[in-house]
Amino acid sequence: MDGLSLNNSNSLDKNTLNPPLWLLAELTYSCPLQCPYCSNPVDIANYKNELSTEEWLEVLRDARKMGATQLGFSGGEPLVRKDLEVLIAESRKLGYYTNLITSGVGMDAKRIAAFKEAGLDHIQVSFQASDAELNNFLSGTDSFKHKLEMARQVKKQGYPMVLNFVLHRQNTDQIEDIIKLAIALEADYLELATTQYYGWANHNKEQLMPTREQIDKAEKVAHVYQEKMKNKMRIYYIVPDYFEDRPKPCMNGWGNVFLTITPDGTALPCHSARLIPNLELPNVKDHSIDWIWKDSPDFNKFRGFEWMKEPCRSCDEKEKDFGGCRCQALMLTGDAANTDPVCAKSPLHTKLVDDIKNIELNAQNNAKKGIEEKPLVFRNMRSSKSLINN
Amino acid sequence: MNKDQIPSLSQMFRFQWEEAQNSYVILYPEGMVKLSGSAGEIMKQLDGEATVASIIQNLSDLFDGADVGDDVIAFLSEAESNGWIEFKQ
Ligand code: SF4
Ligand code: SF4
Repeated sequence: MDGLSLNNSNSLDKNTLNPPLWLLAELTYSCPLQCPYCSNPVDIANYKNELSTEEWLEVLRDARKMGATQLGFSGGEPLVRKDLEVLIAESRKLGYYTNLITSGVGMDAKRIAAFKEAGLDHIQVSFQASDAELNNFLSGTDSFKHKLEMARQVKKQGYPMVLNFVLHRQNTDQIEDIIKLAIALEADYLELATTQYYGWANHNKEQLMPTREQIDKAEKVAHVYQEKMKNKMRIYYIVPDYFEDRPKPCMNGWGNVFLTITPDGTALPCHSARLIPNLELPNVKDHSIDWIWKDSPDFNKFRGFEWMKEPCRSCDEKEKDFGGCRCQALMLTGDAANTDPVCAKSPLHTKLVDDIKNIELNAQNNAKKGIEEKPLVFRNMRSSKSLINN
Repeated sequence: MNKDQIPSLSQMFRFQWEEAQNSYVILYPEGMVKLSGSAGEIMKQLDGEATVASIIQNLSDLFDGADVGDDVIAFLSEAESNGWIEFKQ
């Protein structure tokens, strides 16, 4: 699945628990595409028991009762689920604002119309690049032409449309063409998010991480078009936080806004939280959403500020960024409760900066010597199985 | 904007009451704006037929003859610049 951003004005109230405003329903890990930056877990081949239609309907009803308003159907590729129309219809009836987050593969004009009929509010189509060759290489499928057709249909049928591009070393230099493509397709919003290194992306980090120079150039282009397209197309350019000195307010705070339900019914405070050791991973088959959100140990683990260590604990910026990303803290420091090392106040920040420089130097040296880079590992069941066995 | 124009909600946005927020909200792809009480009341008047003038009249009646004209106009022009509403004519 691709990145989601919540652009709301909801702030953390220290005394009352906010409802799970954002429900992300990852309907399936099946996907016809094979993006090497996919944020799904690398052991997707291990997850076979998907929730039934009835079970999903119950999740939708329970979360709505608690105040969930934004609902994202994602995956994998949510279009793979034959009951998507049924789930959309119920969501609309319940009063959700329903977002479909898709690669476009598995959709046609008829199905887009059926979704509209069922009450779908918005479709986000993801692309891998601005041209067919790179798009099809990265997605491991011949999907570019179909995506173009689907994007046109989405607009033709009156939906607001978000186009999403995940940026990395291989496509960051195309940013201007990407923006032009989005303009030509009449996107209402364009989301340009640099890869974060969870799931498959972590395996392909060395080939995906853009260079500082690429980022600087891309940022300039993005800003020019943000100004130029004001009031016509909103461009969200999400700077890779590896290159900054303050972390992102990840998930707007743990257990504060986001609730992810994975295909097998596991509830997560963020879609990559499964990385974190010693979570109990409550499942909607065993617990109510209400209990999971309010009382489960997982959702309380990094909620608020009490769990923080120094330097976050006594930092006056903690209400701004909640100490950053727990998964990133874990991957880069070995402890999810540490300060996200993207923060310059983290004792491990300089190490992170050095590591990134090394990746960059390596890439440059390889390029100079004409050494082939390590091949990208594509996201599919075969590579998943071999990664599980290793 | 002139007072004979008819404002209506843009197709790209949804407007509804949210019990859990105890307020009216504007919904759009992956986002939500919580409206203040008076903003909610104004948006509620948009039925695709009422002109700006009649909206001002209705709200004034609703609030014991209060002079709401400037507030309504200020809010509607902000709503238009946010793309939430469009004007007919
Ligand atoms: S492989 Fe690509 S399209 Fe499929 S779920 Fe992953 S990121 Fe999305
Ligand atoms: S020390 Fe922690 S709370 Fe302070 S700015 Fe850094 S990450 Fe944020």
